[in-house]
Amino acid sequence: MIKSYKTRRQVTNAIVYVVLAVMGIIWVSPLVWMLLHSFRGEGGSTVHYLLPKTYTFDNYIKLFTETSVVNFPRWFLNTLIVAIFACIISTLSVLMVSYAFSRLRFKARKPLINIGMIIGMFPGFMTMIAIYYLLKAMGLTQTLPALVICYSAGAGIGFQISKGFFDTIPRALDEAATIDGATRNQIFWKIILPMSKPIVVYTVLTSFIGPWTDFILVKIIMGDKIANYTVSIGLQTMVSQQYISTYYTQFLAGSTIVAIPISLLFLKMQNYYVEGVTAGGVKG
Amino acid sequence: MKYIDYVQLSPLQRFAYKLKTFFANLPKNIGRFFKAIGKFFKNLVLGIIHSFQNYGTRFVKGDWATKLSYLVMGSSNIVRGQYIKGLLLLAIEVLYFLFLITFGSTYISKFGTLGTQATQSNFDPETHRSVVVPGDNSMLILLYGVLTIIVSIVFLVFYIINTKSAYYVQELSKSGQHIPTFREEVKQFGDEKFHITLLSLPVLLISVFTVLPLIFMVCIAFTNYRPPNLAPNNLFTWVGLDTFREVFSNSGGANMGKTFLSLTEWTIIWAFFATFLNYFMGMIVALMINKKGIKLKALWRTLFVITVAVPQFVTLLIMNQMLQLDTGAINIILQNLGFDQIDFIGNETLTARITVIVINLWVGIPYTILITSGILMNIPEDLYESARIDGAGPVKTFMSITLPYMIFVTTPYLITTFINNINNFNVIYLLTNGGPTTQEYYQAGKTDLLVTWLFKLTLGSQDYNYAAAIGILVFIVCASLSLITFNVTKSAKDEEAFS
Repeated sequence: MIKSYKTRRQVTNAIVYVVLAVMGIIWVSPLVWMLLHSFRGEGGSTVHYLLPKTYTFDNYIKLFTETSVVNFPRWFLNTLIVAIFACIISTLSVLMVSYAFSRLRFKARKPLINIGMIIGMFPGFMTMIAIYYLLKAMGLTQTLPALVICYSAGAGIGFQISKGFFDTIPRALDEAATIDGATRNQIFWKIILPMSKPIVVYTVLTSFIGPWTDFILVKIIMGDKIANYTVSIGLQTMVSQQYISTYYTQFLAGSTIVAIPISLLFLKMQNYYVEGVTAGGVKG
Repeated sequence: MKYIDYVQLSPLQRFAYKLKTFFANLPKNIGRFFKAIGKFFKNLVLGIIHSFQNYGTRFVKGDWATKLSYLVMGSSNIVRGQYIKGLLLLAIEVLYFLFLITFGSTYISKFGTLGTQATQSNFDPETHRSVVVPGDNSMLILLYGVLTIIVSIVFLVFYIINTKSAYYVQELSKSGQHIPTFREEVKQFGDEKFHITLLSLPVLLISVFTVLPLIFMVCIAFTNYRPPNLAPNNLFTWVGLDTFREVFSNSGGANMGKTFLSLTEWTIIWAFFATFLNYFMGMIVALMINKKGIKLKALWRTLFVITVAVPQFVTLLIMNQMLQLDTGAINIILQNLGFDQIDFIGNETLTARITVIVINLWVGIPYTILITSGILMNIPEDLYESARIDGAGPVKTFMSITLPYMIFVTTPYLITTFINNINNFNVIYLLTNGGPTTQEYYQAGKTDLLVTWLFKLTLGSQDYNYAAAIGILVFIVCASLSLITFNVTKSAKDEEAFS
């Protein structure tokens, strides 16, 4: 009996290994394909065979040297600048709003929370035209500050997840600190924030990655000002009908360059990400 | 059932019990919801009336300086020695009226009609050229009108604060108490009034860049802002509920009603599959990775998680390339294996729809693995053991232990994912761009979701009023779904359970 149980378990384990291996291959193969073709020596857009015939570093070198039409280094720098500023502003405002809603008690708290949740349920694209005209009235269209504003101004609305996290920190801590004479300002910076590393990292991570992946707002705000593009819209331009035949392999190279740092960042921080999502979104 | 009975139940029975009570209480909860809405508005009106009463009493009881504050903000504070605060209040008043006179009033006065003077081009007989006379720009009138209203509301809040403060310092000085200096009042913003410090900047940003555009777009849904009434050359105006009527009707050969209903149907099918298929399959994979005796757990996990880490637009653009006829990697493999090519995202509606759902599995399963792994580990081991002793196989165990437990714990996550999938723009836009195209729909393809249609209506055909109306309808669906969640989970009520 014991032996048969053992063999049965071995068989199921073997099946699980096979399934996992097959699925793993399916999941990773598009990325491997992207990586291999980014080194493809033959030019042109798509090809009729699976694996490249010759390999070369030229695609990467061209990406950083031939910048007359496709200015990838500039786009990369644009995105980095926008991401850093947007990340700082949105992290601060998310944490400030969620702390106020979670730990402080004031008259307008409930109504403001409800209004925030209601606003959050409108589809985001609805407002893009109005935002465009507002930025235009401020004379900011086709500039990088406009993008920073777009990515970070509304960030405070996303307070739910971090509020959920702050809610789990015992209030006795605040009370003890108050008795010791700490002001609420000090409690926020010196007690709550140091205890909230997962949620801070989560907020930083999501708001930093945002600008790298958005391509809709950039398209509307930048229009044809190609010098101020970010990488996402830039890469999309490279596979548009006009450019795809020349720039396809460079597009793959560029995608790889964008994907690597973000992947590393994410893999390093994934535990914080999970803690962040589950803290606010899952109730046990 | 008493609490003591409840604790003795197994988690499974607890779940069944909670489910039963949820459905039994559903009518009551819905009733309670409408009562709560009624109560909310009642309190709102009462609150406004109350504050106006206070506003009146403060005026009657106030001395000359307080009364003057009702006209010249901050005068009571200045008279009682709070110079800086008084001057700040005065400055706010001056700035507001400057804003109103130089900017706001022109737009507010035309807000009711959204402009009457269309842009004209007159032929000048002397120079033989046409002269363009710029008229009213309905869009700017609406946008700045809303802006002026928001600024006015903010000013009103300051005004009320001013009258309160005026009376407060009057009382203080009458009873001979210490009137706080400016420095002391600023200090309060680090403590008793810390919420104001924390919230004012984010609220300001949100008001200007989220609330204002949102109110603007909601207003647009009640106008006829679509070709040929496009600003700045032509005027548009208020039309009441006509836009919504048009969205539901098929008249005019535009097929709006048909498009709307078909796309709603597809959006819901999509959201359902995208949410639940991802959830179940992701959970099964997570269980496999975490199964006892499986080695290299970290490797398997990383294989899946790495696809979350790569930006979605990159992977989706590459997927799009891989699915093409002739040149796509998947069709090349199919050909090499001796199969026919499949036109994944071309002209076949059903194939395209299945393809986007399958590709979305590729996108979504790793997220589920990430989120559920930790929770799966928390399911009590003895449950599984007793199931094994009772002779339950893996399928049975999954269906009657893992699944009910997980669904119960992650309902909020599931509903959020469902709503996110209704608004899932990237997958559809980058993979198929709504295609296969069709003449049956108005400005939409067969795989378009409501949001991608909204996007096309805005940037493509400039039917702004339709786009806004659709946005409002999507909002109503999402809002009612979230409402149900909060009734199920009580997480809103248990907000302070840990504190």
